[in-house]
Amino acid sequence: MSYLKSTFRHPESPKNKLGYTEAVYEGALSTLCAGCGHDSVSNSIIKACFELSLEPHKIAKMSGIGCSSKTPAYFLRSSHGFNSVHGRMPSVTTGANMANRDLTFIGISGDGDTASIGMGQFMHLVRRNLNMVYICMNNGVYGLTKGQDSATADIGSASKKGVPNMFEPMDLCELAISLGSGYVARSFSGDKSQLVPLIEGAIKHNGFALIDCISPCVTFNNNNASTKSYEWVRDHKEATGTFDLVPEEQEIVVQQPNQILETISLHDGSVLNLHRQPHSLDIQSRESVLSSLEEARQNEQMLTGLLYLNTDSRNTHELINSSEKPMNSFTKDELCPGSTILESINESLR
Amino acid sequence: MKPTNIKDPEVFHKVVDCQHACPAHTPVPEYIRLIAAGRYDDAYMVNWQSNVFPGVLGRVCDRPCEPACRRGRVEEEPVAICRLKRVAADNKQDISARLPKVKPSNGKKIALVGAGPASLTVARGLAPLGYDIDLYDEQEVGGGFMRSQIPSFRLPESVLNEEVNYVLDLGVKTHFKHYIDSLKSLLAKDYDAVFVGSGAPNGRDLAKLAGRKEGDASIHLGINWLESVAFEHTKSIGENVIVLGGGNTAMDCCRTARRLGGKNVKVVVRSPQADMKASDWEIEDALREDIPILENHTPMEFVVENGNLTGMKFDKVRAEYDENGRRSLISTGEEPVFIKADAILIAIGQDNSFPWIERDIGLEFGKWDMPVVDETTFQSTNEKVFFGGDAAFGPSNIITAVAHGHQAAVSIHKFCQGESVAERPEPGVNLLSQKMGFHEWTYDNHIDHDKRHLVPHVDKETALKNLKLEVEKGFDQDQGFEEAMRCLNCDVQTVFTDNLCIECDACTDVCPTQCINFVDNGEEDDLRARLVAPSNNKDQHLYVSGDLPTTRVMVKDENVCLHCGLCAERCPTAAWDMQKFSYTVTKAG
Repeated sequence: MSYLKSTFRHPESPKNKLGYTEAVYEGALSTLCAGCGHDSVSNSIIKACFELSLEPHKIAKMSGIGCSSKTPAYFLRSSHGFNSVHGRMPSVTTGANMANRDLTFIGISGDGDTASIGMGQFMHLVRRNLNMVYICMNNGVYGLTKGQDSATADIGSASKKGVPNMFEPMDLCELAISLGSGYVARSFSGDKSQLVPLIEGAIKHNGFALIDCISPCVTFNNNNASTKSYEWVRDHKEATGTFDLVPEEQEIVVQQPNQILETISLHDGSVLNLHRQPHSLDIQSRESVLSSLEEARQNEQMLTGLLYLNTDSRNTHELINSSEKPMNSFTKDELCPGSTILESINESLR
Repeated sequence: MKPTNIKDPEVFHKVVDCQHACPAHTPVPEYIRLIAAGRYDDAYMVNWQSNVFPGVLGRVCDRPCEPACRRGRVEEEPVAICRLKRVAADNKQDISARLPKVKPSNGKKIALVGAGPASLTVARGLAPLGYDIDLYDEQEVGGGFMRSQIPSFRLPESVLNEEVNYVLDLGVKTHFKHYIDSLKSLLAKDYDAVFVGSGAPNGRDLAKLAGRKEGDASIHLGINWLESVAFEHTKSIGENVIVLGGGNTAMDCCRTARRLGGKNVKVVVRSPQADMKASDWEIEDALREDIPILENHTPMEFVVENGNLTGMKFDKVRAEYDENGRRSLISTGEEPVFIKADAILIAIGQDNSFPWIERDIGLEFGKWDMPVVDETTFQSTNEKVFFGGDAAFGPSNIITAVAHGHQAAVSIHKFCQGESVAERPEPGVNLLSQKMGFHEWTYDNHIDHDKRHLVPHVDKETALKNLKLEVEKGFDQDQGFEEAMRCLNCDVQTVFTDNLCIECDACTDVCPTQCINFVDNGEEDDLRARLVAPSNNKDQHLYVSGDLPTTRVMVKDENVCLHCGLCAERCPTAAWDMQKFSYTVTKAG
């Protein structure tokens, strides 16, 4: 088995604004099972960071435990990374984000790491609206422990073991929307044309951005009775719309026939051009989205694409009014302003 | 696009760039793997089956394989294929037991005219089948132009003798020092077929140039002069030598002149140096031996004083190219340049000449007084007469002559058995999975940037003192191994089975050069525009699958595929498999 990827790349590989090729954003060769959806998600992250011309040293990739949480080894080899405790990626990311708000935080988690052991952490992270991208590679099973049903497995869906799941599934997108996240999307590892722009939009979004990415487990949950298999997802997914992210300096609008075009400005000046069918959901209305999700569930459909967007959301730093300067850049004088200041503070509290 | 028909042998053959480019279609990656494994005898025999002269070609081949090598597209320098062939030849043990056994006589008689590579290849094909073969040549030994035109400091006599003798020892009756002066009388003998491999023996001259006649004693035609050196009739030359011409013969002339006493040897070419026909490596070798190349100098006259050649006058020109790339050389109007010379060698090309073929024997001649020869069967309009090598279509090279010889031998065999020569035998083809276990392959699939190794040379002073001392020392076994490991194993094909694919994208994600795509089908140009990576090399085809469940197709651009096998390793359903493709040109014997 190969454990190294050849150093050769396509000799005509395009370069981004920084002069980097996509190879700069790659990581080690994956050791996940062959055909794992997670590898496609990793590649989509590589592509998104390449296309946005992000500087690798200004990205932090955070993860917990599980197959999904191994993937930060397989992308962005020159970025910062923290492989934390099971389900505790949210608090570690919160700490890192408090220390340096200038980094782009990409949190990677799985359905076990998020919806089971990390659920408490996840909910409070969303509530606080930490400025980060949270990608849940959702395959409905605990892959590393040999395929038990996870908390996102649909009722009646059966993994390779063949016993249908009997418990209600958690819908991470519904949860995140009701807890106030300003950017909620669902996608599929097998559809990069949708996933890459979604990741780019999530990186650009100010505040907590969730991408619940269905990412099939080829080893334990890619069988006929599963609702998280490549085939089932392809047959039942229903895109709410497509969009392209236009960075601030460009202005490109491609109007598709018979589609509505919505142009939404993000806080940094980039523009989201959202193309959608008439009568499809209004992604800026929580009520519309929640009822569409409910309706889709009843019709055995899986809504994909950008489900909810609130560009007015305020991130944790803005909510708690913390310093705009990253705390890790404070000097000793700023951290210990001296006894006069201390006395004046004490005085104000008396 | 329609799904690629991988059952057509030419589809995967095209992917093995080196083998495809070789006129004789030598299975290059196969023998390179054998060299890496230290199986030199096997590597030699794979070569011998295809090209008959591995030791010779491992030194002096024109190497059409190397510019074609995929490594040149993904890195800079191709694999040193030619010199690896020499590693096999240099390190083999006695292989005589592995040469073909000669069958009892089948009663058919064949005459071969000329003892060069084309004729010898025909003999190698037909002799084992039991044909009685008479080989005629005006020289006293076999080898043809391999002996008379290639100096022994590039190709030692012992190497040439060994490989010529492997063929002659198959029971070929040789008639050396026997110049055939009439094809008619040869045909009048009881031969069932005649093969003409007499080369292109006439060196071009500058007969009309002033001073040519007067200076004749010191002016020589390059190929004749080389021949006279090879057979030791000429043993010295003056100190100041001009070589006219920019081809490989000119390079051999100037380097030979340096060894026969030429101290101040210059090559003078009409064109810019970049347009010279000589192989880059031969130009390098000449420069290394202190031979300057003067470009853009057109010969004006041979200067002769008191009956002695004193030098030559040249007009300085510059090259201009029209929009079709056609070149014209325009005089700069400067004063003519005089270059001193005691001897001048003219190596500006060579022509065919068939004074010995009568024009009333049903053998048609066409353009430029060349015989009309079928490009596939090598048969002339006289059904008993076949041509090959330089004699067939004009000057080319050894490996082309060998390829002609193989095909002519097939034709002669069919002709003598009363079969149609137009029906050609199919190539031998095999496609075999290289899987040894879970993600294990029989070949070494990890490839990285590795610089091409340089072949060590004898030091210049020693080399110039000895006409027969081979300049290149060849790779030793360790260097040969390292160079062999640069091969990308292009014959191990990526074979895609569409009904196994679940479209998980694992292969597209892992492919280092982004060759693999899953897209909606379209016409070729449209498809190429929609692939992930730039797809601009239209010489390399697209491998297109049948429709997949999502109605998309798999499209792989063969251009810079590394054959690293990662697509197959990351494929959960074995829709990708690495399969070794072997392609053998069917030979007569």
